[in-house]
Amino acid sequence: MTRDISVKICMGTGGIAAGGADVLKAFNKELDTAGIEASVEKFCSVHKVGCRGLCAKDVLVDVIINGKKTTYQYVKPDIVPRIVNEHVIKDKPVTDCVADKDYYHFHEKQTKVVLSDCGNIDPEEIDAYMAVDGYKAVKKVLTSSTPEKTIEIIKNSGLRGRGGAGFPTGTKWEICRKTNSRQKYIICNADEGDPGAFMDRSVIEGNPHSVIEGMIIGAYAIDATAGYVYIRAEYPLAVERLRTALKQARKRNLLGKNILKTNLNFDIKVKLGAGAFVCGEETALMASIEGQRGLPRAKPPFPVHSGLWGKPTVINNVETLANIPYIIRKGAKWFSSFGTEKSKGTKVFALTGKTKNTGLIEVPMGISLKEIIYDIGGGIAKEKEFKAVQTGGPSGGCIPAELIDIKMDYESLAKVGSIVGSGGLVVLDNTDCMVSIAKFFLEFTQAESCGKCVPCRIGTKRLLEILDRITEGKGREGDIELLLNLGNDIKASSLCGLGQTAPNPVLSTIKYFRHEYEAHIKDLKCPAAVCKELIEFSINKELCKGCGLCVRVCPSNAITGEKKKPHSLSADICIKCGACFDVCKFGAVKKE
Amino acid sequence: MLEVSLEVEKTLNKILDKYNVDEGNIISLLQDIQEAFGYLPEKAVEWFSKELDIPESRFFGVITFYSQFHLKPRGKNLITACCGTACHVKGSDHLIDRLRLDFNLPEGEDTTENGKVTLERVACVGACGIAPVIIINKKIHREMTINKLLRALKGIK
Repeated sequence: MTRDISVKICMGTGGIAAGGADVLKAFNKELDTAGIEASVEKFCSVHKVGCRGLCAKDVLVDVIINGKKTTYQYVKPDIVPRIVNEHVIKDKPVTDCVADKDYYHFHEKQTKVVLSDCGNIDPEEIDAYMAVDGYKAVKKVLTSSTPEKTIEIIKNSGLRGRGGAGFPTGTKWEICRKTNSRQKYIICNADEGDPGAFMDRSVIEGNPHSVIEGMIIGAYAIDATAGYVYIRAEYPLAVERLRTALKQARKRNLLGKNILKTNLNFDIKVKLGAGAFVCGEETALMASIEGQRGLPRAKPPFPVHSGLWGKPTVINNVETLANIPYIIRKGAKWFSSFGTEKSKGTKVFALTGKTKNTGLIEVPMGISLKEIIYDIGGGIAKEKEFKAVQTGGPSGGCIPAELIDIKMDYESLAKVGSIVGSGGLVVLDNTDCMVSIAKFFLEFTQAESCGKCVPCRIGTKRLLEILDRITEGKGREGDIELLLNLGNDIKASSLCGLGQTAPNPVLSTIKYFRHEYEAHIKDLKCPAAVCKELIEFSINKELCKGCGLCVRVCPSNAITGEKKKPHSLSADICIKCGACFDVCKFGAVKKE
Repeated sequence: MLEVSLEVEKTLNKILDKYNVDEGNIISLLQDIQEAFGYLPEKAVEWFSKELDIPESRFFGVITFYSQFHLKPRGKNLITACCGTACHVKGSDHLIDRLRLDFNLPEGEDTTENGKVTLERVACVGACGIAPVIIINKKIHREMTINKLLRALKGIK
């Protein structure tokens, strides 16, 4: 019996950082030598695939023999010869590096639509995408449907924009279709600027063709002649794979003139962002494509009426577009069977921070936060206590531990003062200071404020100054009220989404963690022991074994002592960098 | 005409040709200049301003708006520290403070005086699953600690 063997190696950014390229090389080399002797090399193919989600366990490798899949975790080049000799050749999996139960728990509660092929197919091969029915949706709409019917399907599916605002995609397309113009544009917004979010990067790295296919269908539906992908320059791998995919699609006549021998003419250009967060806002994004400073403008007119170069333009997020081919292929009914009444389908979240498992997850809308953190995330790492989760990045808010049963959909999150946003979920534990988190986001939005409107430019600066003094122990009576007043004013009067949402992290942390603000201001204490000015380091002599590790990392020579005897730390010299605390294996360094 | 060497002029002309097919996009033009020289020399900007009859102020307006553009040469080694949320809660501040201390970089400066190292902070490299992330000369280092950092820096010191 011939054996059909394939080896799939994770080569997303996470996989490459963990040494994925070396593992790939090792497999090819090993199969070239050992494989030829056992004559398995003929039946064995080695593929690089996109992100598998659980980046923390990279390099992840699948060995599939006659359809039976075994997943290995933490694969390093030195274990590869064993996998080839024992598993590929002799069919005996190498049990000591097979993925553990965490890996399976991580996937159990997920439902994959957008990510269904991500991590299974080679993102640099158009044939791999076609083998899983790729581009069939384009064929279907071009040959046996009309633009109106296509829009109807998307409307019926209930798909809403995955970039944050949640506007119904079909409706957006319909308005643009009805706007009269000989020139229209479709833009894919891949300017994923939220710190803590990487869904769009992973989708483009793992399955760029699904985004392209979504754009072609969109172009057909609204009658667009040209498309742009506006993507961050900070994502070199995604840019490269996208460009490769576009070239391949052009070769197959899926882009260009008379696509698939129909009347559709459409091509896509890649525009690299130049590092400005505000360009994720659609009017600023268009200004940037036009080569100008990325300043937002007032709406209306909305882009669907007057967008890029004054022409009607649809701007969709990466994940939204990647959903389209699957909806066309499997039907609106199938898609709307996932999710809640008002939030249909699935959502990809970037689960990061203090959970045991971190990575990329896709879940049905309306799943509870508890399931995400405890079932998929495996709970909080290092036996610490769950404190809050920050959703939606710098535009979002926090959800405290007592609201852990909340359903994750647009409406429920808005009700508690947070947002789905782009899908970043940063889990915080009891060692995270909420005032410092709010300050972190404000530092970001203040620096990224484009400066066009006064409330955002000056307001965020003042907010940050107040937060700065609170974390330095110089907070004043009435500062909390001042933050609330100022925050609400900025929300109400800023020009674009950046300013309108910038105060959210401050307002929501005050709402749920007011006592932490009060502790900083009144007791001059940081309850989570984070804010430098309010803590001191010392060494617990009973726990210190005198190993000297802290002495080696201390940049200011504040720690002294004889080897194998308890050390001591001089608070006058200490610059509170925390290096000793992080490095001590015995928990002997105290901070309070 | 400005004084630029023949070789430089050749490079600039090549970029100019691309600009013309590129819908006259200033951002793409500046990205190409930076790609060729590693930064944006003011002389090159002046050259294009004259060639294209676009006021220099428009170029500098765009350059100073986007954080990716640099008007000063960068260091030989580029260290990129991710300051995304996930990296932040896992201690990226400690790593950045340490880098500043070790390279003697005061707040506000990003390149060492001898031009050996540039320390760059980016909002998020999108590798939050393996935070905190430090990129040293394009190599991504995952789950960084001070200890690992000190070891990684030995290669460039």
